Amino acid sequence: MRSQSLLRLLGGAAVALILGFLLLPGLVVTLAAFNSRAILSFPPESWSWRWFAKAIAYEDFQAGFRNGLIVTACASSIALVVGAAFAFALDRYEFRLKRALETVLLSPLVVPHFTIGLGFLILAAQVGLARGYAVVVACHVVLVLPFVLRSVYISLRNLDPRLELAAASLGAPPRRVLTTITVPLLLPGLVSGWLFAAILSFNEFTASLFVTSQRTQTLPVALYNYVREYADPSMAAVSVIYIVVTATLLILANVFLGLAKVLAVEQPR
Amino acid sequence: MSQRPFLRLFVTPAVLCALGFAAALAAVMQYSLRAYVPGSLEAGGFTLDNFAALLRPLYARVFLETMWICFLTAFFTLLVGYPLAYALVHARHVALKSAILVIAVTPLFLGEVVRTYSWIVVLGNNGFLNAVLLRLGLIDAPVQFMFTQFGVVTALVHVTLPIMVIMLAAALSHIDRDYERAAASLGAGPIRAFLTITLPLSTPGIIAGVTTAFAWTFSAFATPQLIGGGRVNMISNLVYQLGFASFNFPFAASLSVAGLLLTFAVLGLMRVAAGPLETIRQH
Repeated sequence: MRSQSLLRLLGGAAVALILGFLLLPGLVVTLAAFNSRAILSFPPESWSWRWFAKAIAYEDFQAGFRNGLIVTACASSIALVVGAAFAFALDRYEFRLKRALETVLLSPLVVPHFTIGLGFLILAAQVGLARGYAVVVACHVVLVLPFVLRSVYISLRNLDPRLELAAASLGAPPRRVLTTITVPLLLPGLVSGWLFAAILSFNEFTASLFVTSQRTQTLPVALYNYVREYADPSMAAVSVIYIVVTATLLILANVFLGLAKVLAVEQPR
Repeated sequence: MSQRPFLRLFVTPAVLCALGFAAALAAVMQYSLRAYVPGSLEAGGFTLDNFAALLRPLYARVFLETMWICFLTAFFTLLVGYPLAYALVHARHVALKSAILVIAVTPLFLGEVVRTYSWIVVLGNNGFLNAVLLRLGLIDAPVQFMFTQFGVVTALVHVTLPIMVIMLAAALSHIDRDYERAAASLGAGPIRAFLTITLPLSTPGIIAGVTTAFAWTFSAFATPQLIGGGRVNMISNLVYQLGFASFNFPFAASLSVAGLLLTFAVLGLMRVAAGPLETIRQH
């Protein structure tokens, strides 16, 4: 029994170290963001909010934020509708080329983003659509679709089919069953799918670097250009805002939607 | 009444998306077979020259380095991810479980640029790690972590850890806890029970996690670009450079195609190599 508790202690220490590794960059960048000096130094000698003010006032970040919102809103909503409908079809129906279609739509998970970005760039140039929002949105829809598919599909699997059967046996036509039973029951899966898609789209970088132009550049692209040009902690301030917003959204998602179930790391009860 | 209401309505949008994606990949394939016209964005006639040029030592080296970095990253991600996934699944307190989950998945949603920048602040010569080591008196001068393979792999492990943990935890949570109890009641110690029961049963998660980590690392761009700083080059960096610095899109496309084929070959090999492990599960 003593060896067991020793093992548990060692395991606990290992897990604590790994969590520390995960948290380290976020904590360090927070320290850097509040450092009043323009040059990195640890520990900071004096503290200030001025990098936050500078970052928020920076025009390229503002434009990137606006572009990012436009692209994210369009891409995640389109992906939600397309993905939810297809997940429903995957779960309920057998049809020709079902597996092939599923494989193609899930493959952006393993196809490098730079290849996908390059592909959409060449394609857009060939059909004369380069330099607009359309190609950025199309590219993002393809990239986030696998996450929506997974999220909605898992919710569909957890759905009790007897509720739909009951509604149908009481005379509800298929459309009514869908809108009054299936969709409301799927709501947590739909919301979390949309949320994942939105967060991922808003943060997508590599493919966006290829398909955006000066006019349509999203926030990560603007951030990348900034990091290459300047070394002041404005970028650290933006990182802190990012980390706080993302962690808050994830904690909310965990409380209201049950992150563990959505990510399928826990068996549904 | 049709047995499959909404079928056409629900599948058509997905088909359109799949076609768009396929068209984009086809565009890359097509460009990889076209000649480069210097000084022009237009591609020339069809040729195999691009693929012949890939055999030059310069590119072969980048391919090798990329594969090596992908391998190292996938390996260390598994090593670090497994205990975390195990703790996540076996944590007794709901609060602890939630905390591990949120901490583990947040990096996934932060985006490559923010994560990479944070690691620059940690690893730089004036960065956090060097400041701590100097203060502790362990080193006299800053250690060069930036522009090294160590720096790039460290930051990449941080990127791939969340997806590894998600996939491992999914596999671990589906293992019936009774198997471990049975092993323990038959006299197996916790280590033996883990090695003979839990580890083999979690193989599908390991395969899924390692292959995804490998593919994601291959896809990484900002991390090798900014932390590698030109001294650690991956295929993604070369593709971008060829496209946007020399406008040689045909060659960029052929590099992408070769990279894609190589990734699929390696992923296929991994699955084949994992085959014997898979069969252990069937017993």
